Amino acid sequence: MEDVATELKNIALADVHIGLGAKMVPFAGYLMPVSYEGINAEHETVRKGVGVFDVSHMGEFILKGPEALDLVQRVTSNDASKLVDGKVQYTCLPNETGGIVDDLLVYRIDDQTYMLVVNASNMEKDWNWIQKFNTKNVEMHNISDKTSLLAVQGPKAAEVLQPLTDMDLKSMEYYSFRKGKFAGFDNVLVSATGYTGAGGFEIYFENKMAHEIWNAIFEKGKGAGIKPVGLGARDTLRLEMGFCLYGNDIDETTSPLEAGLGWITKFTKDFTNSHALKLQKEQGVKKKLVGFEMIDRGIPRHHYEIFNAGGEKIGTVTSGTQSPSLQKAIGMGYVPADYSKEGTEIFISIRDKNLKAKVVKVPFYKS
Amino acid sequence: MNFPDHLLYTKDHEWIKVEGNEATIGITDFAQSELGDIVYVDIETEGESLDAEAVFGTVEAVKTVSDLFMPVAGKVLAVNKNLVTNPAAVNKDPYGEGWMIRIQLANVADTANLVSASDYRKMTGVSA
Repeated sequence: MEDVATELKNIALADVHIGLGAKMVPFAGYLMPVSYEGINAEHETVRKGVGVFDVSHMGEFILKGPEALDLVQRVTSNDASKLVDGKVQYTCLPNETGGIVDDLLVYRIDDQTYMLVVNASNMEKDWNWIQKFNTKNVEMHNISDKTSLLAVQGPKAAEVLQPLTDMDLKSMEYYSFRKGKFAGFDNVLVSATGYTGAGGFEIYFENKMAHEIWNAIFEKGKGAGIKPVGLGARDTLRLEMGFCLYGNDIDETTSPLEAGLGWITKFTKDFTNSHALKLQKEQGVKKKLVGFEMIDRGIPRHHYEIFNAGGEKIGTVTSGTQSPSLQKAIGMGYVPADYSKEGTEIFISIRDKNLKAKVVKVPFYKS
Repeated sequence: MNFPDHLLYTKDHEWIKVEGNEATIGITDFAQSELGDIVYVDIETEGESLDAEAVFGTVEAVKTVSDLFMPVAGKVLAVNKNLVTNPAAVNKDPYGEGWMIRIQLANVADTANLVSASDYRKMTGVSA
């Protein structure tokens, strides 16, 4: 667990969020907007229109030098040699004991420059972890404190942002990015990525540009009904897609294979703990992260216990919520592999009652 | 934010409307606003006699679960069944459609421990 931060850091746009009436909460050492008008309305804005998340708390590391790719390859599970300039990859940092240090995005800026985007709560841990493997003197820069990140998400994101740049946004493939002029500023990185399943872009820029870029986006978004969206809806949106949240669904004790992240665990190269993970893949995992929906009335929550029909405890809920889009209670959790088949009946213990649920495929929400 | 003068309040953010030896109970405008979108109200104590500050149910917002506490001791006479299908009524109309339970007071004098609207407003720090 992270220590409770004694001193909260401010993101560049904190004053804007407070002015908009956001509910601000301490998160990973920052005071962050968790909601504005309400999670359900914000959630719907992103699914149907366009919303803007300030996720400037995220960490950005630059790795630079002839051995940068070598370092990325050694610490991450996905195969970063497959990246070309302008492409992004979802990956994780496996630890040496079968778990995950963090999940992250790797951006290939050029063949000797990579940007790693990590979870705010793991920033220091990740930095130290990567440094430990940096035996070939790759230059590392932590640019998090001077970098702002807005996620403009939803089906109307491209039409709202296009007037602000000459970069052709509609032609950008998912998990690609470009650097260029945006809202009058040079060197803005626009990435066709997100954590919502609603489509859209993540825009990285220097803090000093933050107010002007925020205002420009909201000005252009007026007609599309653009709204600010907080971390609360970010969580319900990602959970409807079955996307893992570090600290909930994945952590130092869960393997990427157990978490269903086999697709980012490539044994085409050696990386931290790759031999043990390969063996685990060959032998098959004992527990699996599954999605489930409630049949009985009740909402699953992180840490609730999972039982089988015989009343034996078989696992733990890692994430759960009432899905705003589906109007159903949904969750994810680890169960023994025998219980991971779609349709399997499981029971979630909610306030001392075992309530029926069934294993379903993720994503829960299909657009 | 609205804290009607004819109601009494608790530090746990319930309101109570006393009528003779019966009372209606819900959560305050401040509570619903802090919780955000309420998606589930779970009250299964109908018919039970509960002590003051005992848990009479649970209210769940999208992200949080909160217990509901008895402002005073009493017997739960009725539960607002409409909240099963329309929990958002607690957000929209916390003192009306969003009421939660109706109780018979164990002792009418217990209400002396409750807080007035103006004192409750001070507790929440919400300006008039």
